[in-house]
Amino acid sequence: MADMVTVYLYGKKYEVPASLTIMEAFEYSGYQLVRGVGCRNGFCGACATIYRIKGEVELHGCLSCSTQVQDNMCVATLPFFPLEKKVYDITEIKPTEQIMMQLYPEIYACVGCNACTKACTQELNVMQYIAYAQRGEYEKCAELSFDCVMCGVCSSRCPAGISHPQVALLARRLTGKYIRPEAEHLTKRVKEIEDGECKALIEAIMAKPLEEIKELYNTREIEK
Amino acid sequence: MSLPYTSEMMESIKKVEANRKANVELEPVRMTADEKTALLEAFHPDYNLDSFEEIKVGPNKGQKAPKELVEILQGHSRILNEEIDLSNPDYDVDVLVIGGGGAGSSAAIEANEAGANVMIVTKLRIGDANTMMAEGGIQAADKENDSPAQHYLDVMGGGHYANIPELVEKLVCDGPSAINWLDKLGVLFDKDEDGRMVTTHGGGTSRKRMHAAADYSGAEIMRVLRDEVFNRGIPVVDFTAAIEIIKDTDGKAAGAVLMNMETKEILVARAKTVVIATGGAGRMHYQGFPTSNHYGATADGLVLAYRAGAPLLYQDTLQYHPTGVAFPAQIYGALVTEKVRSMGAKFVNVDGEVFMHPLETRDVAASGIIREVKERGNGVHTPQADGIWLDTPMIDMIHGKGTLEKRLPGMLRMYLRCGIDMREVPIVIYPTLHYQNGGIKISANGMSEIENLYVAGEAVGGIHGRNRLMGNSLLDIIVFGRNAGQQAGAKCKEVELKELTLSHVEAFDKELAAAGIETEVVSPKLLPDYRPEGVKRLN
Repeated sequence: MADMVTVYLYGKKYEVPASLTIMEAFEYSGYQLVRGVGCRNGFCGACATIYRIKGEVELHGCLSCSTQVQDNMCVATLPFFPLEKKVYDITEIKPTEQIMMQLYPEIYACVGCNACTKACTQELNVMQYIAYAQRGEYEKCAELSFDCVMCGVCSSRCPAGISHPQVALLARRLTGKYIRPEAEHLTKRVKEIEDGECKALIEAIMAKPLEEIKELYNTREIEK
Repeated sequence: MSLPYTSEMMESIKKVEANRKANVELEPVRMTADEKTALLEAFHPDYNLDSFEEIKVGPNKGQKAPKELVEILQGHSRILNEEIDLSNPDYDVDVLVIGGGGAGSSAAIEANEAGANVMIVTKLRIGDANTMMAEGGIQAADKENDSPAQHYLDVMGGGHYANIPELVEKLVCDGPSAINWLDKLGVLFDKDEDGRMVTTHGGGTSRKRMHAAADYSGAEIMRVLRDEVFNRGIPVVDFTAAIEIIKDTDGKAAGAVLMNMETKEILVARAKTVVIATGGAGRMHYQGFPTSNHYGATADGLVLAYRAGAPLLYQDTLQYHPTGVAFPAQIYGALVTEKVRSMGAKFVNVDGEVFMHPLETRDVAASGIIREVKERGNGVHTPQADGIWLDTPMIDMIHGKGTLEKRLPGMLRMYLRCGIDMREVPIVIYPTLHYQNGGIKISANGMSEIENLYVAGEAVGGIHGRNRLMGNSLLDIIVFGRNAGQQAGAKCKEVELKELTLSHVEAFDKELAAAGIETEVVSPKLLPDYRPEGVKRLN
């Protein structure tokens, strides 16, 4: 018999193998999941979960797909959280301080409790990236928030009602579109293709008999 | 958390460490074309004939497919005995996009741009898709030493020349503009201080053309596309699966029957054009392999299209990603991005020997690993599954301390959660079911052989031939997703729908009966079921 632990799924007691993730513990206990499950690999944020070890004070945020069960873990999932997403036209807004004030003014009501950072399932410094957003330092906000999976656990703990993942996403899009320098080689290649300059070379290859294409492939030079 | 490796694994690590310096400097020889062919035939799962079966009905009758796929292609419709009123649709739109991943979202954005009334339906949430999990990057020939022609050659050779040339031409020629489109939407690509894209190799590439956003490339793209869908006010009906394509009496696609995944309510969507962007099939667990795929990857689009009469192409070829997690159990089957090898980590066996070049194409690399473990007995034994070492500490050794953390934060986090610091110790990997090379046959305008039924993304077959290169899937979902949206968005303006019908569903079932197929299976499958077997439950 495998090592078993006791977990409380929505408060109900189950015995499950200690090696399972929380998500697998649900399935092992007989749940066929529709909500609260996604990539099962820590990238999509669908399986936001809050747990407390019975008898302890601290609440933990995690992704159930990538967190192993522990004995006496008391689990609630957060398959949906009402984040506030403001609508904007990315071609019209600009990376000014005002834009955050216009779209997400609640970030200036941050009380500095740091509950967002403590709850983050990705261990990001959430409060700090919100501080950068407040100051219009979008590139710093973008870098610090880059690994966000938008699970919403931070926002569920925020007394100011901030939708941190949406603020960060706006900062990243502003950074990507306006702040980082243009890739000139890319612009140039796009134009070359539009002007038909790349066509002859590819058509010449496509017109060749298969044996010649194979020869070209097998003897092609590989960049070091 | 202490390192969960067994003492046997730690013994092997000593040999890996002893050889590491020499192994970093070693440039393993690449295989010849003949060596690759022999290796694939002997060890690639696609050549394991016992796991395939002949399709007995429909457009691909007489051809082979994985047994599990044949089972759902030849399953019964979920609505076989249901009366469905098609005259009062719940949704009435120009363009219906089925699927909310990268391809579906790109299609919806472009259809919206074309002025069409477009709607997305998705069985989970928008963004719950393999796109979100694509880690390593996206190819495009935009550097000075590269060209679409060079990219074309890599794609064709990697796909064993089975690719449809017109589709590959489109893929590579539209590649740079796809990157440009994403860049202008605000996707945060890795760039140097002058704005030059940081690009690397992938398996089988002849130029460094892999663009990335750390190792969250797909996630970053998906987050931005999803945000753009919302900014444009495109309706997204989530937790709602398409369970049948609706046609009109001219035999053209005209919508879909939908099912609310939670309430099970049946709904009807009428549309002038339909885009299938339902993704892959990893959760079918072909040949019992674990998968790197999203929970919803159950080949639904193939079933819907096939039942409506659309032929498939290369439904018998799957991609097994060489580096799936073999240990520990919590992340078994998960993807270890190819970027780990792009950055210099090599395959090392139990004796600390590099046994092949780390950047062969995925099918060759996977087969090489299977041979090393199964035939040569040089695998690393673990409590979960046997595999071989991927010597990740090489990365910081080559590029300097801190590089792995900066360029592969997702990987580092995934392993740290299991108590494994991949900067310090190597990781154990083995091939995992990763990608559906085949799918629904389309022409270069994105349309299947059913009029007004478009397909984009992993549900398409033919772009990648019999093996896809790293970074060409993210590219394909953008290029062909946009293309499908543009085409469907333009075509809908000239469509005059006739009366709607589901007669093809009944006709297909009669074909099943005529072919002597008796089955309890209903399809599409929609979701896998990981509950323990042998437990009595009432439905």
